[in-house]
Amino acid sequence: MIVLSNYLMFSCILFVIGLTGIFINRKNIIILLMCIELVLLAVNTNFLAFSRFLGDYTGQIFVFFILTVAAVEAAIGLAILVIIFRNRGTISIRKMNNLKG
Amino acid sequence: MESLKTYILITVFFPLIGSIIVGTTCRIISNKTSHIITTTMVFVSTVFSTKILYMYSFQDIQVFEKTLYTWGCINGTQLEIGFLIDKLTAIMLFVVSFISFLVHIYTIGYMNHDTGYNRFFSYISLFTFAMLMLVSSNNFLQLFFGWEAVGLASYLLIGFWFEKESAIFANLKAFIVNRIGDLGFLLGLAGIFCCFDSLNYREVFTRVEEVISNNSITLNTVIQFDSISAVTFISICLFIGAMGKSAQMPLHVWLPDSMEGPTPISALIHAATMVTAGIFMITRMSPIIEYSETALIFILFIGTLTCFSMGLVGIVQNDIKRVIAYSTLSQLGLMVAALGASAYSAAIFHLVTHAFFKALLFLGAGSVIIALHHEQDIRYMGNLKKYMPITYITMLIGNLALAGIPGFAGFFSKDLIIESVKISHTAFAHLSYYFLMISIFITSFYSFRMFFLVFHTNERINKHLGKIKESPKVITIPLIILAIFSSISGWVLFDSIINDYFSIAIFNKNHNILNEIIHELHDSKHLFLHGLISTPFILSLLGIVISWYLYCKNPVLTEKIRNKMNIFYRILNNKYGFDDFNQYVIANLTKKTGRILWKAGDEYIIDGGLVNGIANSLKNMSNFVKKIQTGRLYNYVYIMITGFIILLLSLLLNFS
Repeated sequence: MIVLSNYLMFSCILFVIGLTGIFINRKNIIILLMCIELVLLAVNTNFLAFSRFLGDYTGQIFVFFILTVAAVEAAIGLAILVIIFRNRGTISIRKMNNLKG
Repeated sequence: MESLKTYILITVFFPLIGSIIVGTTCRIISNKTSHIITTTMVFVSTVFSTKILYMYSFQDIQVFEKTLYTWGCINGTQLEIGFLIDKLTAIMLFVVSFISFLVHIYTIGYMNHDTGYNRFFSYISLFTFAMLMLVSSNNFLQLFFGWEAVGLASYLLIGFWFEKESAIFANLKAFIVNRIGDLGFLLGLAGIFCCFDSLNYREVFTRVEEVISNNSITLNTVIQFDSISAVTFISICLFIGAMGKSAQMPLHVWLPDSMEGPTPISALIHAATMVTAGIFMITRMSPIIEYSETALIFILFIGTLTCFSMGLVGIVQNDIKRVIAYSTLSQLGLMVAALGASAYSAAIFHLVTHAFFKALLFLGAGSVIIALHHEQDIRYMGNLKKYMPITYITMLIGNLALAGIPGFAGFFSKDLIIESVKISHTAFAHLSYYFLMISIFITSFYSFRMFFLVFHTNERINKHLGKIKESPKVITIPLIILAIFSSISGWVLFDSIINDYFSIAIFNKNHNILNEIIHELHDSKHLFLHGLISTPFILSLLGIVISWYLYCKNPVLTEKIRNKMNIFYRILNNKYGFDDFNQYVIANLTKKTGRILWKAGDEYIIDGGLVNGIANSLKNMSNFVKKIQTGRLYNYVYIMITGFIILLLSLLLNFS
């Protein structure tokens, strides 16, 4: 039997993987975008699980919104990435510290 | 009464007008214009002060006490300009303006060709105005104004030749030493204001007896004073002010140094203005001071000490002006001792006669100095009587008056003081009497030492000075006038003084010394005859004879004595070490304290801690914040998430 806590556990793991990816990843922006995607999916999973569990479908509508936003975000993100690559010839995060104080 | 008011205003303010006109236009007008303006103004002032003195002496008019102008009001206290004219003020007005007038005339000759000629006239007129304001005031505030203005004018005048380093040193010294006295004076005034809640002489003086008898004043400072001790506190504070102005030990150090100024100014400071301010003030305050036995003893003690010890220093001085300066100190000590013995009239009498003969001595010394082209050392003078007969005779009269030879002015006043101290009821007056007797001997000794060394003995003048000639008329005429006054003023004034001339102005609590003295001395003729056989006369004659023997007859012996008494000579020559003490202990201590405050207080705490400290702490904080701002995304996220987690945890803990 798959219960609510299983879903929550799953989404939690997904969320932590996403975050860890953001922390640890020092290589490139693509992985960063993917990790953000993962975090958003973890949130989506939570929404779905609670929506089903509580019988309230508003949650599922939110998931659609988030998916849309995520898709848009991925598109814009990749576009920015391409421009960064054109300008700098690299997509390494380590070198992106122009805002250093 | 109305006309009297006009006279007073003219007397007091004309010198100020002259000073302002010349002072503001001193670069434009010629020397002649400037001395004509100021001298005329002071002459007018002298004429009217003579008129006032005449009215008070012979026409028996009422005391004039009126507030003419209120220039401020603080919390119910009126700040006023007003005048109180009684016999005491009248005689002071006369002495101040008259001496000042003669000094003005003398200056025309003395300061001739000096670059600061106009400036000098402006200053001495200002000086005269300040002193006139001081003596004619009817409230403590105006007294204080005059007091400080006199200090300012003396500062300007002592440092008149401001290119000379010693003059700058001397005028700063005079100013600073006077500040110490003024602090005491100011405390005294504050005490009066606290106790009597008024600054008007008449209101304060009429209330003193009442508040003492019902013990209704208290002065709550750090210590609580009851009525008597409050009055003592006030009196002693006021006297400290007088010590500064009238140069009593240990605040006398500025007076010998004030010789750095031009000679006319020495005459003005030593005779009429400045140093007499303290004596006058204490006399004016007699209704307060009389109630404090302690203060009287203190005054007597300081006066006697100054009179005795400063006379001794006069013996070893070699600068002609310094000898006279030390004699001034000694004579001021005598006056203060008279104040301490409650013989205020005698002190004022001596003040007046002293003003004449001391001005004479200074102006005579100035005449000698001019003739010798600014040579002031009496070791390089001698036998000047051949060249300068008028100066010689007038100086002789001045010295005879100073030594108290019967018939001359100094004799009457000095004898009156000696007699008063003798029968005074102030404690220790007897001891003081003997010291004053010795001082009389010392006075005649050093004054005639100076006189013989300058005018007699063999010539020791520098050869290349050329022919020495008598000074011009503008210098000798004031000398002659002063010599006449030094001879006759004692005769003229003594009879009125002893018949209680100042009875309204001066208050005596227990008994009036004059009433006792008049049985002994009767009048001036009697005193003159009595004086020929009295001890003071014998002592001063002895002083003259000994100085004649030592300096004219047998100079070798002098040298021998000096070598024998080397240690005394050195002590006296160092002026008891007061100057060194002030220089090395007080001045250095002040400098060190200042340095500590500068380094630790200002540079370290204020500059380092407060001003730069705030800036530095901001800088350090932003340096720290700068380190957090790495510009790397993952650091930001890390901080964000950690913060978020901490927030969640704290929420959880709060809920549970």
